Amino acid sequence: MADKVLMKGNEAIAEAALIAGCRHYFGYPITPQTEVAAYMAKRMPKIGGTFLQAESEIAAINMVYGVASAGYRVMTSSSSPGISLKGEGLSYLAGADLPALVVNVQRGGPGLGGIQPSQSDYFQATRGGGHGDYHMIVLAPASVQEMAELTVKGFELADKYRMTSMILADGTMGQMMEPVALDLDVQPAPEKPWATTGTKMAREHNIINSLSLVPEELEKFNFDRYERYKKVEENETRWEEYMMDDAEICIAAFGIAARVSKNAINQARKEGIKVGMIRPITLWPFPKAPFLASTAHVKQYISVELSMGQMIEDVRLATECKAPCTLVNRAGGMIPSPEQVLEAIRKANQNGGNN
Amino acid sequence: MTRQYLFSGFGGQGILFAGKFLAYKGLTEEKQVSWLPSYGPEMRGGTASCSVIVSDEAVGSPIVSNPDVLVAMNLPSLDRYESSVVPGGTIFMDSTLIERQVKRDDVDVVAIPATALASENGFPTLANMILIGAILEKFGENGAEGVEKALGKVISAKHADMLEVNKKAMQLGAGFVK
Amino acid sequence: MVVFDKPHALIDVPLHYCPGCTHGIIHRLVAEVIDELGIEGRTIGIAPVGCSVMAYNYFNCDMIEAAHGRAPAVATGVKRADPENHVVFTYQGDGDLASIGMAETVHAAARNENITIIFINNAIYGMTGGQMAPTSLPGQVTQTSPYGRDPKVCGYPIKVCEMLSELEGPEYLERVTVNNVKNVKNAKRAIKKAFQNQIDGKGFSLVEVLSACPTNWGMTPEKALQWIDDKMIPYYPLGVYKDRSAEKEDK
Repeated sequence: MADKVLMKGNEAIAEAALIAGCRHYFGYPITPQTEVAAYMAKRMPKIGGTFLQAESEIAAINMVYGVASAGYRVMTSSSSPGISLKGEGLSYLAGADLPALVVNVQRGGPGLGGIQPSQSDYFQATRGGGHGDYHMIVLAPASVQEMAELTVKGFELADKYRMTSMILADGTMGQMMEPVALDLDVQPAPEKPWATTGTKMAREHNIINSLSLVPEELEKFNFDRYERYKKVEENETRWEEYMMDDAEICIAAFGIAARVSKNAINQARKEGIKVGMIRPITLWPFPKAPFLASTAHVKQYISVELSMGQMIEDVRLATECKAPCTLVNRAGGMIPSPEQVLEAIRKANQNGGNN
Repeated sequence: MTRQYLFSGFGGQGILFAGKFLAYKGLTEEKQVSWLPSYGPEMRGGTASCSVIVSDEAVGSPIVSNPDVLVAMNLPSLDRYESSVVPGGTIFMDSTLIERQVKRDDVDVVAIPATALASENGFPTLANMILIGAILEKFGENGAEGVEKALGKVISAKHADMLEVNKKAMQLGAGFVK
Repeated sequence: MVVFDKPHALIDVPLHYCPGCTHGIIHRLVAEVIDELGIEGRTIGIAPVGCSVMAYNYFNCDMIEAAHGRAPAVATGVKRADPENHVVFTYQGDGDLASIGMAETVHAAARNENITIIFINNAIYGMTGGQMAPTSLPGQVTQTSPYGRDPKVCGYPIKVCEMLSELEGPEYLERVTVNNVKNVKNAKRAIKKAFQNQIDGKGFSLVEVLSACPTNWGMTPEKALQWIDDKMIPYYPLGVYKDRSAEKEDK
């Protein structure tokens, strides 16, 4: 195993992208993700890659669209307000079935909001963000190591399924430093016979396109795309279970909220409370199966979020409301404390797991 | 064992640097570590803080809200965080810039006129490392090999001449605890 | 003996353009230039949103359909993906290039992005049925300026070549038209130069083509061609607005 180095989450994303073979980065400055761009600005020119500060997030995502059309691994990164601007491009990427990696280091909203960490773009990410029927693969790292690993995974999945992968991180994950091992396994990009790299006068012309004026055809594209999404759901759903074997109370949390919750769970276990956690690593596809299976022994779910409660809807859907689910949350850039989570666990326990 | 540090002071006092040093030291000693800075406009001239956790186990939340060790480099930092220190914890403070005493009696206090010492010794920007030296001495970690390695990590090759000065600052702080 | 043939770079399918529309001529000119330069196999075209949205079905080279106004950004990506081999052109109308996509246009020019832009200025939104364009003339009646474009209410038309010529970035800017044989020939020369510049690594080259829209102008094709002479050219004078290499040679 390689020596571990201390890196900021944002830097780990950038370095992992380079390791994954990404040589094209386009972005526009916004806190708290600027280190990704800064890292790329330093490295790309030295390895023959492209770093370009675009005139806007809209331009950046369309430059991504261009490189993706040509079949190369490509990425952009931003934070919440910038991702809204990229929404148009995300929809077009989906409509043209192009692989790309988009990083959202979330901050509090809505509007210009603040610059402190948040998870309030969960709906935007898991429901698409732009117009039309589509999904992105949404990956939620909870450590700097995962920032790196899921970046590589994001490129691979994007290529495999011809769709956009989004890293949904937050300001804490972006700004914190942790040891990270960068001996990452990388699957090389597959052949992309559909890419627009010039016909070389040896084949029919390729067209990258999302326009389809015949409704019957457009419908078929949508149905076919959702067949692909089904495979993603079957094969690529990821999650971590923590102390779930005998859990009667189950925390649902991702990213920084999961880190905070782990402290609370450890303390609650010392108090003899049977509590565990299911931490979704893919937010789309959402890990429905482990949540449903856990209803066999879990009497109460607690969704811990840095939002007004977004993932809680998926928890309720996944558990088919077989047990109640309550919300422990902070918003606007605030982070729930372990004590706040612990209190909720104790309360759930006093109720005999029944709220 | 887990030790949670909270560093706080003015932007420019080397708060993030001091935290980074301890994180690197932990890393070279194969501990689990995390380093989380405050970020944004407040860092520019305002208050800077950072959470550092060094542990034998996986680090849960990287946010330190109840530090075992508070390093307060100015008065607003002590005012803000004094009450958050765990009972039995330690407060290291720069008594050049903090004229009042710590009010609590259930914590250990190490007060060093770090800013004055740093100026007197010709390295006015290294009050932070004087305090670091005191921390290491206090916890019996000054001889650890991690110190040398970690210094090598946080001080870039370009500024290698700063290595010795940093060590000197740390020795000064250590001497204050002995 | 074949005296007139379809260019290889143009696919042999019926175009969807209205009778008298000059998109067809300009498509042909671009295709002829691609043939003559022998670059079809490495050319990637970017289609806009607007009447020429389905240009991807007409050109034989690889084609990409971009979001409205974003073609220069998409082209930037494609070009930079393989700058040595890719020859990249966008084909954009006035709404696409000078309204919603103005930022992308200006910044691609400012970067001297090594791409070729064919800019079709017909002073109207054609595809959506004849609304006011950023290049509609003062007094011009459109669906959304039914009393004539009033500069007091909606400002003045944007002269793209003049505006971009103030930037240091771009290599080559020229305005041409295709309303008679002489002008068609001249337009082809300009388009060819715009592609050649890219091949030579000279940078951002934009050819603005004043184009007729008889349908939405409410004219016969013949009158529409005349309207270009009478109304458009006086407001949008033809000519070279910037040619950095030529300027250097002069010195």
